[in-house]
Amino acid sequence: MSTPYPASYRRLFLPRPRLQHLFDRLREEGYTVLGPTVVNGAVSLQPMQSVDQLPRGLRDEQDGGHYRLVEGDPALTFEYVVGPDGPKGYFFPSHLPLFSFHVEGDSFVLDETAPRPPKLAMLGVRPCELAAIRVQDRVFGVGMPGVFRCESETFYAETRQQALLLTVNCTRPSGTCFCASWGTGPRATHGYDLALTELRGGFVVEIGSDRGAALAEQLSLREPTEAELELAELKLQRAGEQMGRHLDAEGIKELLDAELEHPEWDDVATRCLSCGNCTMVCPTCFCCTVSDSTYLNGNQVTRTRQWESCYTLQFTYTTTGPERNTIRGRYRHWLRHKLGTWWDQFGMSGCIGCGRCITWCPVGIDLTEEISRLREQGHVHRLHRAHLVRGGLSP
Amino acid sequence: MSQPSHLPRPEPVCGMDTWMPVPARILDVRQENFNTRTFTMQFVDEETRRQYRFTPGQFNMVYVPGVGEAAISVSSHPEHTDTLEHTIRTVGSVTRAFERLGKGGIVGLRGPFGKGWPLEALRGKDVVIVAGGIGIAPLRPVICWLLDHRDWCRRVVLMYGCRTPEDRVFGAELDAWEQGGAIEVLVTVDNATGDWFGPVGVVTRLLQRIKVGAARTMVLVCGPKILNRVAAWNFLQLHVPPDQVYVSLERNMNCGFARCGHCQFGANFVCTDGPVFCFADIADIFTREDV
Repeated sequence: MSTPYPASYRRLFLPRPRLQHLFDRLREEGYTVLGPTVVNGAVSLQPMQSVDQLPRGLRDEQDGGHYRLVEGDPALTFEYVVGPDGPKGYFFPSHLPLFSFHVEGDSFVLDETAPRPPKLAMLGVRPCELAAIRVQDRVFGVGMPGVFRCESETFYAETRQQALLLTVNCTRPSGTCFCASWGTGPRATHGYDLALTELRGGFVVEIGSDRGAALAEQLSLREPTEAELELAELKLQRAGEQMGRHLDAEGIKELLDAELEHPEWDDVATRCLSCGNCTMVCPTCFCCTVSDSTYLNGNQVTRTRQWESCYTLQFTYTTTGPERNTIRGRYRHWLRHKLGTWWDQFGMSGCIGCGRCITWCPVGIDLTEEISRLREQGHVHRLHRAHLVRGGLSP
Repeated sequence: MSQPSHLPRPEPVCGMDTWMPVPARILDVRQENFNTRTFTMQFVDEETRRQYRFTPGQFNMVYVPGVGEAAISVSSHPEHTDTLEHTIRTVGSVTRAFERLGKGGIVGLRGPFGKGWPLEALRGKDVVIVAGGIGIAPLRPVICWLLDHRDWCRRVVLMYGCRTPEDRVFGAELDAWEQGGAIEVLVTVDNATGDWFGPVGVVTRLLQRIKVGAARTMVLVCGPKILNRVAAWNFLQLHVPPDQVYVSLERNMNCGFARCGHCQFGANFVCTDGPVFCFADIADIFTREDV
């Protein structure tokens, strides 16, 4: 069995009954433990006390505009994949009060500062979510010297740096996953403290950091057997092979730069509701609005940062009206930003292949499909466009 | 030839680490036209006053306590930064709140943000400045600076258009600049009301009145979207190279430092990559709707 790791790479085994010890250890160390649990019929990352809150024996059924939890293998607790939310909401909260102040004479007096960053241990973070965290790290300049760091980014950086990431590798892909073709899953390669691969009897544990090693030390894990290692490898390999969706990263940026006037944008505009669901579930979307809420006396002000969506009209509103007036324009902006211009801005792709935008789109718009349609009909259209450009404005 | 003293992009005075505006006092309000006023402001803190520098074309997020912020370009002389001027047209909640604030009012400022006009590139060139309506505000610092350093470039032509003669922003100064003779001032209006005997029509028609030496001309444009497009197009047709045409764009702004995502224009964050763009850099998306 081939693995991406050298033979000396140390792996351990956590028997299932000892999972609660992990919880207890983390809580003793002052972590708030977050783990997947069922909220409103979907898996959500929430604070939890005990392993009993993990959704045992459930798997998710995901497709374009479709999410259901159905019965799975009763011996497994991590058979589902990503739900609508994830770590993003804890590092980059949907509402974050930045500070409060009041006006006193000719000065602004600070009354309250941003909340203190919580100490979080996240269990069940998926490999694609680790990739998403890397993307947001870049966006918010974590660990980059000389980068603007305002209140909201300080909160992100501090929460992020003290968070313990306990990844669970995906032993089963869901219907909308395409991380395998995107290189971000189904197994985590770096960025975690501990990575778990679930077997019926327990978890094969890989150590990704010093903090992870220290934690593993305290759990007194045993060596895995050869059979356990082999089974874990097999399951991860299967998960990659079984992934139904596929997105070819090759040339996507160039495609999106070239195909601004492709007829497919008109087609998707007839389906897209411009609801913004895809931006709300996307683990890398970072757009936000900082706004003031003011006491009735007009003097006491709280500045709050909230998530914003590029699908709203107010997002680009100026006195001459919204900049992107059409759904065609807004969808095109979102997709182009995510897969194309993100490269110009941050030197990486804004998409990590989790498939959330496909699942949670109420009409099931699938970006992998949109891209392949742009690709298929692209060349005919490009000829037409070249003709227009030659006769038109471009110098 | 004197050097511009502040060509590197100045750091925001609010520091690079906060959303907290810096308080400033309104010292004076001048009525420009029926809905536009120029506010003279001064930072309350003396140290801030000394440190504040801006490049013509940069903007501040101006803040009215209890109401909100708006991105407004600085319209005063870039070398006289003890006080600052913002020329504000009343169009929304923040600008309306500004209108209510009079002399002595306390506002907040964050900035300066963005990239300004390419002063260095103007050196030894003919400069044609095209402005429409309130679009003259971010260009006024350039004009003031060029008037003080008149040997920096060759010919300077200001082409300004607005709806009616009464709508002219900086009307008295336009007259003074014209009479001063250091720069050529051409003004056109859409509707000739009152005793207007000057040109009537869109700004770009003023092009008929000047000769453009394409290779040595730098063009600076700021106005409504349609003027930006038409002006850029007209100069390109006169064979002015695309990297000598600069346009200042307007977008919804929230943060000012490329974090909120509102002002994206293609791959650009207008707040940091602009608001002044070289036409050559945005040629592929400039005339497209909805990008």
